[in-house]
Amino acid sequence: MITSGKRHSDAPAIELRGASKVFRTPSGGLHTAVRDLDLTVEQGEFVAVVGPTGCGKSTTLTLVSGLEEPTEGEVLVGGVPVEGIGPEVGFVFQQDAVFPWRTVLSNVMAGPRFRGVPTAQAKERAREWLARVGLASFEDRYPHQLSGGMRKRVALAQTFVNDPSILLMDEPFSALDVQTRALMSDELLELWGGTGSSVVFVTHDLEEAIALADKVVVMTAGPATVKQTFPIDLPRPRKVESVRLEPRFVEIYREIWSSLGEEVRITRERGAASAA
Amino acid sequence: MPPENAAAAAASQTKDAEDAMDIHQAEQTKHAEQTERAEQTKHAEQTKRAEQTKRAEQANEAGGAGRGQGTKGAERPADPARGGRTQARARAARNRRLVVYATRVLLLIAVLALWEVLARTKTIDPFNFSMPSKIWDQITQWALHGTAQGSLWEQIWYTLYEALFGWIIGVIGGVVLGIALGRVRFLADVLGPYIKVLNALPRIVLAPIFLIWFGLGPASKVASAVVLVFFPVFFNAFQGAREVDRNLVANARILGAGNRRVTLQVVIPSATSWIFTSLHVSFGFALIGAIVGEYIGATKGLGLLVSASQGTFNAAGVYAAMVILAVVALLAEGLLTFAEKRLFRWKPAEPGADR
Ligand SMILES: Nc1ncnc2c1ncn2[C@@H]1O[C@H](COP(=O)(O)OP(=O)(O)OP(=O)(O)O)[C@@H](O)[C@H]1O
Ligand SMILES: [Mg+2]
Repeated sequence: MITSGKRHSDAPAIELRGASKVFRTPSGGLHTAVRDLDLTVEQGEFVAVVGPTGCGKSTTLTLVSGLEEPTEGEVLVGGVPVEGIGPEVGFVFQQDAVFPWRTVLSNVMAGPRFRGVPTAQAKERAREWLARVGLASFEDRYPHQLSGGMRKRVALAQTFVNDPSILLMDEPFSALDVQTRALMSDELLELWGGTGSSVVFVTHDLEEAIALADKVVVMTAGPATVKQTFPIDLPRPRKVESVRLEPRFVEIYREIWSSLGEEVRITRERGAASAA
Repeated sequence: MPPENAAAAAASQTKDAEDAMDIHQAEQTKHAEQTERAEQTKHAEQTKRAEQTKRAEQANEAGGAGRGQGTKGAERPADPARGGRTQARARAARNRRLVVYATRVLLLIAVLALWEVLARTKTIDPFNFSMPSKIWDQITQWALHGTAQGSLWEQIWYTLYEALFGWIIGVIGGVVLGIALGRVRFLADVLGPYIKVLNALPRIVLAPIFLIWFGLGPASKVASAVVLVFFPVFFNAFQGAREVDRNLVANARILGAGNRRVTLQVVIPSATSWIFTSLHVSFGFALIGAIVGEYIGATKGLGLLVSASQGTFNAAGVYAAMVILAVVALLAEGLLTFAEKRLFRWKPAEPGADR
């Protein structure tokens, strides 16, 4: 694993320089998911990524996490090229990835246990997080006995319990109901404020992106590359429900949507064309 | 880290290059076993349950939608109250179960009676086909007075011991090698062809060779059981290790698991359902291995009982040994199912099943 000692303290938390990712498709062809992507996330910065579906947002996150290597270009975390999976990374996956054979508690304990934390201590930390995501009374259940939103909250607790300083979140709240979503968003902001971790938050919900982030990155229709970056100058601390009502919020929303909407339209037309 | 990257690269290649091993083999084994089991237990249970619910629903409908509407409504005094409905449902289920059991027993009695009558009236040759009463006499005689080779329990214990021992070795070998080859591509590439060749061998012909190598004692039977058990378990474990959900592996690695932990805590748990399907068939195989080994040459065991009976033209003895074997196999199967139920509490219940 990478030692944090090598890190430059002034380097950006995450930096992608001309990163590209080409996949081999089952039919043998090549598919470019990400092309020539430049993205910088400062330390302690909250960056939201929005873009049309299938453009390569998830792929970008796997590059940052070290799960995949870029075909071209560079990915740096803390100023150091990514090699394998760093211990400081937390990743909330878009798909269900909790372990079905472990109970809720055991799922949340998995991270600390993998990292060599003693069982008692891991359990304590896991219980704390289960309480925060509102699942304290479900700790003995197996994932298949939970609702989709509850499983997602298990996944959140599972990630947060490791105290990641680089937090990658791939549409983490999309399976949640509106109330829990607001609650979790506020919780996330609070947590993030406390730890000073750097967050890349992928979402298809532009409102959510603006409410949470310091910076909203709009991606082009696939292959993904950064189309435009919008700094969000709404004051913190924010409460996601109330910040939506501010006039400045609506202004920003309109501005970003004019950029994003075009890419969404392109993607939709492409889909229609290939379907025809 | 280089090994992790190598593993990731290997993992990303699995989809398009599955040529390392005969996947169809495992699939066939699993499939065949699934069909078999499905027919034996699941299917039976599902139909039972489905019909139970259907009946219950009919009763329910009749109770809810007004009485005297059809014949079914007339069958039961339908109570519109909830409690009455549940009761009626439970009663219907109980009745159905009783009918099924009764019919089952009647069928068995009918078949045995027919056999007995045909043999006694000499429609079929009683010398070759024997008859149920004689078989029963043979079993009780063995049980009470022992066999020519010693007490009956000793014979059963010998066979069971050989089968169990061979089964355990075969299962451990199959699981360890299957998981190892499923995880380490290099091993799969090197050993794959050899395993395929060995698997192509009709392994039961090895039993005489084992007899020569290991003598008349249990060792030769254990060896034949091992070679029969190993392959289905191996192919299932291999396939199970290959089919692991990549999201789960990615999640485990992000959470801090190294290769060893991923294997132990992600790959093996998710391969267990594959492995367990093979355990059911393979215990049958272990018994076959032990029996065939004993049949060819032994000093004790049920297989020897079969061959000894055959040698003295005692048809009843052959059948009696078969009956005993069937009972032993069924008991073992029951134990395995029990263990499986305990182990798979995390799995969602099959649709249509009880829990
Ligand atoms: N392993 C892979 N092999 C081949 N192609 C892939 C692979 N993973 C992703 N892709 C392709 O790369 C493109 C980008 O996928 P990605 O999952 O990054 O999209 P996304 O932006 O996250 O979409 P969504 O918003 O729907 O989640 C898609 O066209 C997808 O088909
Ligand atoms: Mg995605």
